[in-house]
Amino acid sequence: MTIHLNRREALVGMGALVVSVMLPGVKANAAIATQASRLALKPEQLATYISINQDGSAVGWVGKVDMGQGTDIGWLKMIAEELDLSPERVSMVQGHTDLTVDQGGASGSTGIWRAGAALRNAAAEARRVLVEMASEKLSVPVDRLTVTDGVVSDKTDAAKKVSYGELIGGRHFDVTLEWNKHFGNELLVTGKAKPKSPSEYKTVGKPGTRRRDIAPKVLGTLDYMVDVKVPGMLHGRVIRPPVAGAVPVAVDESSVKDIPGVQVVRQKGFIGLVAPKEWDAIRAAQKLKVTWSDVKPPFPDQKDLFDHIRNAKPVHRDDEQNVGDVDKAFASAARIVEATYEWPFNSHACMAPACGVADMRDGEATIWTGGQKPHHCREGIAKMFVLPEEKIKVVAMTGPGSYGRNDAGDATMDAAVLSKAVGKPVRVQGMRHEGHGWDPKAPATIHKARAAIDKDGKVTAWHYETKGFSRREFFRDEGSPERTLAGQLMDWPLKPVWLIGPPSESYDFESRRLASEAIAPLLDRASPLRTSHFRDPLGPQVHFGVESFMDELALATNTDPVEFRLRYLKHPRDLAVVKAVAEKAAWKPHVGPSKQANGDVLTGRGIAYSVRGQTRVAVIAEVEVNRTTGKTWARRFFVAHDCGQVIAPDLLRQTLEGQIVQTASRALHEEVMFDNKGVTSVDWTTYPILDIKDAPEAIEIVLIDRPELPPVGAGEATCRPTAAAIANAIFDATGIRLRRAPFTPERLKAGMA
Amino acid sequence: MAKRIELNVNGTKHTIEAEPEMPLLYALRDDLGMKDPRFGCGLAQCGACTVLVNGEPTRSCVTPVDALAGKTITTLSGIGNADKPHKVQAAFIEEQVPQCGYCLNGWVMTSVALLEKNPRPSDAQIREALSGLKCRCGTHASILRAVKRAAQA
Repeated sequence: MTIHLNRREALVGMGALVVSVMLPGVKANAAIATQASRLALKPEQLATYISINQDGSAVGWVGKVDMGQGTDIGWLKMIAEELDLSPERVSMVQGHTDLTVDQGGASGSTGIWRAGAALRNAAAEARRVLVEMASEKLSVPVDRLTVTDGVVSDKTDAAKKVSYGELIGGRHFDVTLEWNKHFGNELLVTGKAKPKSPSEYKTVGKPGTRRRDIAPKVLGTLDYMVDVKVPGMLHGRVIRPPVAGAVPVAVDESSVKDIPGVQVVRQKGFIGLVAPKEWDAIRAAQKLKVTWSDVKPPFPDQKDLFDHIRNAKPVHRDDEQNVGDVDKAFASAARIVEATYEWPFNSHACMAPACGVADMRDGEATIWTGGQKPHHCREGIAKMFVLPEEKIKVVAMTGPGSYGRNDAGDATMDAAVLSKAVGKPVRVQGMRHEGHGWDPKAPATIHKARAAIDKDGKVTAWHYETKGFSRREFFRDEGSPERTLAGQLMDWPLKPVWLIGPPSESYDFESRRLASEAIAPLLDRASPLRTSHFRDPLGPQVHFGVESFMDELALATNTDPVEFRLRYLKHPRDLAVVKAVAEKAAWKPHVGPSKQANGDVLTGRGIAYSVRGQTRVAVIAEVEVNRTTGKTWARRFFVAHDCGQVIAPDLLRQTLEGQIVQTASRALHEEVMFDNKGVTSVDWTTYPILDIKDAPEAIEIVLIDRPELPPVGAGEATCRPTAAAIANAIFDATGIRLRRAPFTPERLKAGMA
Repeated sequence: MAKRIELNVNGTKHTIEAEPEMPLLYALRDDLGMKDPRFGCGLAQCGACTVLVNGEPTRSCVTPVDALAGKTITTLSGIGNADKPHKVQAAFIEEQVPQCGYCLNGWVMTSVALLEKNPRPSDAQIREALSGLKCRCGTHASILRAVKRAAQA
């Protein structure tokens, strides 16, 4: 894709025309629908979210980005529903900072939940306004009008009709919505119109709306982030230190003088280079002789990681959740059950090291990003280069997968620093070892669980403590330079955000204490082990402990694991997912490991459940463990999922499948390896992920649709219970309780020895 | 030193000037301006750069551009198009396989080669043939459905 740098050109073909219009029945003043009007986006304006093309098709504009789960299809179905248009006639524009307001980017599974709510309200209001306009034009009262696929007609005389395209096509709404004065995820707008009742839905909740990005991806015609080409663009590479924490003290530029067009850029601790050809930039980055400062290797031995966490002084303790008298319950307990669970660092390990393109010429900035939060990217660029945000345009492109704050935000800042230094557009993409080695990591944590059981076998106290690295050193992602590697290397003062968070479940024990504390990073600056949010930040880790322990309590109280959960769970929707998954899997109640053996293969099933926000999920995993090799195959999964109202059930199912497989990969295979100098798991051999040979044979999903409730997010919640379901299934198969992830053959063989 | 190298890509002959040891991937992307094969690892570990060389799935990220004289190179966009997708592409579209889709070259091109040799593979043969390819989004279940569908087409 070759880009021409007219800031407004991006709008051509998106249906925005330069037309002035009076909107009868709305306002007397003219809404001037120029292309430029999108540049002054106002969060309270209907036109910010919805526009109608001349052919009567609609465009939804959203400051979030689909990461390949079809969130855009969810949005356009919600818009189509409220507008009474077929979904095929609605398209979405996502994430571009010039074209959409800051709705927080892809964040916290809020795409449908938060942005969907705003778009739904806006579309409902747009329909109301269009019907009013039609009423005036046709001289038919509003209550006698009906809308069919964007044509407003008289219920009593079908010949009296007018289309959305005829009413407003190509011009902008001039309608003010009520705005809650928030940007980001919390942004909400409300119109006078009430959205439809679910009983009237034609497309929401129904399958069959095809994703628009699939065919171009499969046919090899989609422009990805890596395909952005700007005229005059150079290829950049950044050189990371061999020992984490070292900074360059001398650079021998003559070492790359035989490679054409190489230019070295050094700014404080940041060092990179550019060349006209990508291969030359790669070769130069490999050949460039850099003398690094002599620093003490900053990391402990990997084998001491969990001891380090245990012994480290906390820098932050989240607010404790206390119910009842926990201490008294423990003091009077007949029995106390305790266990500790551990989870290592995980890498985002996206399909490719991040790519970013920046053009910093002429006091303006244009950035192309594969990251999740283009508006935050703009904030970070504005601060780093002291530019007003209106001089910065960030274009959202499809990256190599993203499941949180990966390395995309580092690549854009690297590209911007290089572009600013050399005065030309620069494209940066790292090599594989830089992606795995330097992407932010999902934090390593330990989880201490303790329960008091009375003489009747009742659980009277539940105490859970998580301790580990912060799940978000990067609040608002790359929204400030110190949240990027380049910014850290250029001495921006760090502002860490400490957050761990408690588990989320509704076990109704008589008393409970949930606590969590964060420890300082192993290296405070430009660390290959800095931690960020990675799909369901800390959810799989925290709930691996919680739900493994619930199985341990079930065993300690001679209770079937499903029965145990049904006995103590309080929330009816939580009970419903547990019952639904048990029914789907035809769960056979039992106490203790079943150890079903067929030759060398042991088979078992395990359940786990959790809540994320308002979404609840229960998972049953069925595993086969080979007792000779110690290898686990997570063969089948059953899932019961309740995210309130279901928008697109077919896409939702695939989203859940992806979460199951990705989390099975983390649980069974993934562990960032490091030595005292840095990360040593720097490719797919040293950081293995689940292979297709080990993919589940079946993932059977029950969607509990609650059309009367808001849709509350489905992009992450299934990651949360999946690891524990696998651990519990392994216990059922083998009798071995694994309390440290990943569940590798070595650990199982050690348990079986 | 750079030299003139002839490449036959998707039925068209191109001549480029390149370092002979430069991987084919950079010739396709940088010199020919193509966008379908993508850089994933540069180590032949993931498949994002896969093309067919004389019909064999080949990791273009580690194949020196000088090693391709007289050979035919086919990329993802060369096996089919919107009007006439390859049956593997049609099946991947029908099953709505990709999430990010960055990895697709590997899965699609390897499946194309598999079905050429073995038009009716078993589930185990499909898994075996595709083993080693990476998908970080976890779309494995959809991929397996699509390859089975293509095999039945």
